[in-house]
Amino acid sequence: MSQTATLPRAGVAPWLVWGGVAVLGAASLGIVALDRGETVNALWLVIAAICVYLLAYRFYSLFIAARVLGLDDRRPTPAAVHPDGLDYVPTNRFVLFGHHFAAIAGAGPLVGPVLAAQMGYLPGTLWILVGVVFAGAVQDFVTLFISTRRDGRSLGDMIRGEMGVFAGTVASVGVLAIMVILLAVLALVVVKALANSPWATFTVFATIPIAFVMGIYARFLRPHRVLEMSAAGFVLLIGSIWLGGIVAASPAWAAAFTFSGTSLALMLIGYGFIASVLPVWMILAPRDYLSTFLKIGTILALAVGIAVVMPELRMPAVSRFIDGTGPVFAGSLFPFLFITIACGSVSGFHALVSSGTTPKMLEREGQARMIGYGAMLMESGVAIMALIAACVLEPGAYFAMNAPAALIGTDVSSAAAKISSWGFIITPDALTQIAHDVGEKTILSRAGGAPTLAVGMAQILSGALGGRALQAFWYHFAILFEALFILTTVDAGTRVARFMIQDLAGMAVPALRKTQSWAANIGATALAVCGWGYFLVQGVRDPLGGINTLWPLFGISNQMLAAIALTLCTVVLFKMKRQRFAAVTAAPAAWLAICTLTAGWEKIFSPVPAIGFLSHATKFSAALADSKLLAPAKSVADMHQVIANDYVDCGLTALFMTVVVLMLAAGIVSVRRALADPRVSTREFGHELPLLQS
Amino acid sequence: MNCLCFNLDFSQVAKRVRETAHLMVGVPDYDAYVAHMAANHPGAVPMARDEFWREREATRFGSGRGLRCC
Repeated sequence: MSQTATLPRAGVAPWLVWGGVAVLGAASLGIVALDRGETVNALWLVIAAICVYLLAYRFYSLFIAARVLGLDDRRPTPAAVHPDGLDYVPTNRFVLFGHHFAAIAGAGPLVGPVLAAQMGYLPGTLWILVGVVFAGAVQDFVTLFISTRRDGRSLGDMIRGEMGVFAGTVASVGVLAIMVILLAVLALVVVKALANSPWATFTVFATIPIAFVMGIYARFLRPHRVLEMSAAGFVLLIGSIWLGGIVAASPAWAAAFTFSGTSLALMLIGYGFIASVLPVWMILAPRDYLSTFLKIGTILALAVGIAVVMPELRMPAVSRFIDGTGPVFAGSLFPFLFITIACGSVSGFHALVSSGTTPKMLEREGQARMIGYGAMLMESGVAIMALIAACVLEPGAYFAMNAPAALIGTDVSSAAAKISSWGFIITPDALTQIAHDVGEKTILSRAGGAPTLAVGMAQILSGALGGRALQAFWYHFAILFEALFILTTVDAGTRVARFMIQDLAGMAVPALRKTQSWAANIGATALAVCGWGYFLVQGVRDPLGGINTLWPLFGISNQMLAAIALTLCTVVLFKMKRQRFAAVTAAPAAWLAICTLTAGWEKIFSPVPAIGFLSHATKFSAALADSKLLAPAKSVADMHQVIANDYVDCGLTALFMTVVVLMLAAGIVSVRRALADPRVSTREFGHELPLLQS
Repeated sequence: MNCLCFNLDFSQVAKRVRETAHLMVGVPDYDAYVAHMAANHPGAVPMARDEFWREREATRFGSGRGLRCC
């Protein structure tokens, strides 16, 4: 490894190798894009993606490291300046890569691509690849770099420091709003997977006592033996999946674990409140350990499964729903495909992680490239796998699982007839058979990504191991795996939202900031839970399945945060007097701003009630004026509730748009100020310190 | 560092894998912590392993950190 990142002068051999990678990548992409046979093998998609990642890492990330940012391995990192053995620890780059990847990998890249599959596999694939190379990985990398040069400060702190207090406060409000909508939409994914499914519900409920036992074990019996405890927890989880099958088969027990979406939502809200005020060692920490390892293990298993089984993609390359009439999410390819895929290609949330623990542990500045850019490429690989899992399903089955009951009805014959009329031929028997194979009564209208992914994974993994007999097991394993880490996110996220609320409220009333005060804690926790709980209940009751409304809101907020982070990166480049490279971050920032603002505008003002909140509210108001009830409302009060929800969603979208516009304006002001200043005006640390020896 | 060479040291790899697993759940290397304390704060008594784990766990979830991605 060279001391400073420089562009090497290569001989002929490396160029031949890289030329080969480029040709292979282009050929695979060509097959994926242009093949008009019956089906395309998923392996081509995997090869195309891997070639793109290799080329992007080797060339674009090196260009950013060497030319745009000027990474300097001799410059002391925070961990080198003041190591404390706790937060600031110089860490081996492979170890740190694992830490960083575990922190950025979540449910988003598994859900978004599954929903995006309604437009066919090609648009999603292209955006996942292009987006990660030019936006997502760039954001993660540059944010990690600027945080490292600022002693590992957080995104909010850096925005305050580089762009002013006003911009910092606006960003904090934006982040809190994202947390709320994120927790709601993730909780909704779990509710959708568990509703009326005793097997899935039993196994997910069983994780609570399992986590508790693990917590006791690691606290009192064998302290800090986290791997041992997680291995034991894993065995118990597998046992609970097996027991869940027995529960589902027994009529009496099955009835005890069958809940409607609304009751599950209320339970989840109560649970989220309790779990986030309990001591962390009791439930939150042990389940976090378990879900982290399970997540990494399952991602690896899925990769191996795809490589071994080499499934065919049954979804067409481009479906008729690119016109915006699709049942899974409303709206046309631009901007809604980009909003829907979100995290798999660029996720604003990663800016929070990249400015969290990782920058405090870098041994050398140059390693920011491998960890920031590299880990995001891997995350994009997860998104590609999720897309494959959705596209190996029979398209008819995919739409049966993801289209809302309002469109396809609630029984297999009506669903099969409706979906076949869209051109995706499927028989009622086939739908019944799939449900039977995975051990469920019905698979209809299980929107939210998790069940679709689970069926796709079950087909892939059972193809690799166990055959049809184990499909039901793999299905519930996949559901459990997603539910487990979503619930961990819900607990941990509720705690984080609570601290954010206390922090923001503390600006007005300092007493509220006291995290030792029980009243302040419980008040802020209740506020956080009510925030996401409101949207969760609204989503569960929505006749269009909720995901339809909430996922775009989540996507808009997430991409908005990415736009904010990239704006900060751009401002920093101008302050470093490296503005000739500003397009590296300014172009993706501009693209994300255009996407979020267009999507936000359409969500508010579109005349199509399925897309626009205002026209939806108008439709319901008009019906109310005629004394008519529209589904799902069963009473006048319900009608008023639907209308109120529309206005709340509308307000939230407007808030997101306002945050984007204000941050862009603040960015432009900061850039002008930087241009007017002849000196380098960044607030970096470390340049006054002696250089590191190699 | 040359991880792909033939005289691969398996105990070293195993140690790194365990370290990675621990850091994934937010707990840095205890041995490195003890070494750091011995080198930089010779007078101070380092936290015991138990205490170290509890301190890390409390920090991870207790301060608005422990942020998970979507």
